[in-house]
Amino acid sequence: MNSSTPKERRIILKHADDPKYSNQIGCYLREGGYENLKKAFSMKPDEVGEEVLKSGVRGRGGAGFPAGMKWKFLDRKSGKPIYLICNADESEPGTFKDRQIMYKDPHQLIEGMMIAAFAIGAKQAFIYIRAEFHEGARILDRAIIEAKKAGFCGDQILGTDYSCDLVVHRGAGAYICGEETGLIESLEGKRPNPRIKPPYFPAVLGLYQCPTIVNNVETLCNVRHIIEMGGEEFSKIGKPNNTGTRIWCVSGQVMNPGYYEFECGSLTLGQMIFDVCGGLQPGRSLKAVIPGGSSAKVLRADERFTGSLKDGTEFDWGLEDIPLDFDGPMSAGSMSGSGGIIVMDDTVDIVEAMANVNAFYAHESCGQCTPCREGSLWMRKISQRMCSGGAREEDADLLLSVAKQIEGRTICAFGEAAAWPTQSFVTKFKDDFIRKATDSQKDRDPKSLQLI
Amino acid sequence: MENTLNLSADTLSKIDEVVPKYPEKRSAALMVIHLVQDELGAVNDSACEWIAHRLELQPINIKELITFYPMLREKPWGRKHVRVCRTLPCALRGSYGTCKTFEKKLGVKEGHVREDGEYSLEFMECLADCGQGPVVIVDEKTYENIDAKRAENFAELLIDGKLDGSVDFTSYEDSLNQETK
Repeated sequence: MNSSTPKERRIILKHADDPKYSNQIGCYLREGGYENLKKAFSMKPDEVGEEVLKSGVRGRGGAGFPAGMKWKFLDRKSGKPIYLICNADESEPGTFKDRQIMYKDPHQLIEGMMIAAFAIGAKQAFIYIRAEFHEGARILDRAIIEAKKAGFCGDQILGTDYSCDLVVHRGAGAYICGEETGLIESLEGKRPNPRIKPPYFPAVLGLYQCPTIVNNVETLCNVRHIIEMGGEEFSKIGKPNNTGTRIWCVSGQVMNPGYYEFECGSLTLGQMIFDVCGGLQPGRSLKAVIPGGSSAKVLRADERFTGSLKDGTEFDWGLEDIPLDFDGPMSAGSMSGSGGIIVMDDTVDIVEAMANVNAFYAHESCGQCTPCREGSLWMRKISQRMCSGGAREEDADLLLSVAKQIEGRTICAFGEAAAWPTQSFVTKFKDDFIRKATDSQKDRDPKSLQLI
Repeated sequence: MENTLNLSADTLSKIDEVVPKYPEKRSAALMVIHLVQDELGAVNDSACEWIAHRLELQPINIKELITFYPMLREKPWGRKHVRVCRTLPCALRGSYGTCKTFEKKLGVKEGHVREDGEYSLEFMECLADCGQGPVVIVDEKTYENIDAKRAENFAELLIDGKLDGSVDFTSYEDSLNQETK
């Protein structure tokens, strides 16, 4: 590895790959577990919230909204019960970090959740976990029983007057349940059609129309570490406005795909791909990278990114220079999203890659808004036709026009998630799309893997 | 309530346990459906009616969930259900080849149940284990790095009933337990 590449800093995943560490409570307690719950309970709920605000921690689920701010929006005057929900639906293609936490260190999540529940005064807390995590749900169920027995969760936590039950709720394979208002509908036992904001901001009108906080697994684990270090100390990790560590999930065509936890902004996309992940297969070169889960806009290997950052500094980056934090990929016109970095080398048929992503979004659209329901299906149909020998030169523009009619015209951000891949793939790789339409390129290159 | 579905005592007691966990009964719908489906393999119209009655809802309130969620079924899958991840990160490691190998070896087309009801095969959307693709789930166990070539051997072991305990293929779930022993 290149000596200038920084080392991982494992805070959340500290014990994830320790062969002597199990997901049972004994190991967690041995490593100082639930001490921070005790610390939080010695503070006032508002003080806990203040620490989280001071830490600057941004949501790890995709949108990157400051968690402390989200908690501030909570409607405490309504007198209605308050709910806390952990979004453990982990369904953005390319993301597999929450799996590591829940399977390998579930008590960390439970401690984080109980601290958060105490801070916001939640009456009850839920973990909404995707149904494909069969064993994950069982592990969490077992861990909750262990935590309840020890008085860390449930009735009269740590012998105080505060009680908060924690329930594991399984989804049933729908991506849209990762959208927080869709998740709430699903948890109410309905079809997960997202709600329109305003007025349905969960912090005001969430579960059962009560104030509700929905946070990602990794975010809630951070809460535990914020209490341990103090908000101020936590905010020194990483960079201003990009505090803490992030777990990056690298998949696709690198030698060593996997999950890597680094301080925000401590390394570049190039260092991640070529040093940390061991680069590409021999003889291959980089073609494209999706930096934040499949809905993030694709980046082309030979692109230049110029502009100025929020603090005014000018930048001129190649793809490899993009810093891995929240603001880096954003400045490059994409997003860090949920931290899923998907790498594609020069053997990839880029039209097929887009067709694969389009098939995903067409499958997952909830069907509530016409532009998304119809548009995502048409994008799948057109891109599949292009990959089965029926490509036409005008298809590139046709795809763009469909995508444009989805973006900004839907109740939830799924519309953007479905439109951005097409918009970025077609615009940045237009030559590949035009070539598909010429007779010589109608069939897939024998070197390329089938992607659709 | 009458046990018209002939559910086991275990399932019934789990249902009785899960419903009161929620402030509103309707919230328990997915969890009750899972319990019923785990035992019966699918949730048909009479099961919808039973669940609706149990939760004081209309049958359509259950039916609309069965028809929406990809993992809920009106008809059962095969006795062994094989899921292969289709989405981009797994596809970039060869999951289309994996699926084709299974189609050939297990004698079943993707999305279908073999005529004798033994195997079914399903291309799934992202299973959140993208770093170790192609990812395959057999019933409730997850197997990693199953490319087309390894899938041949994998399918043979599955057919011979020797997948559990095989040296070449340890499931994600079993490897977790091994590490901590």
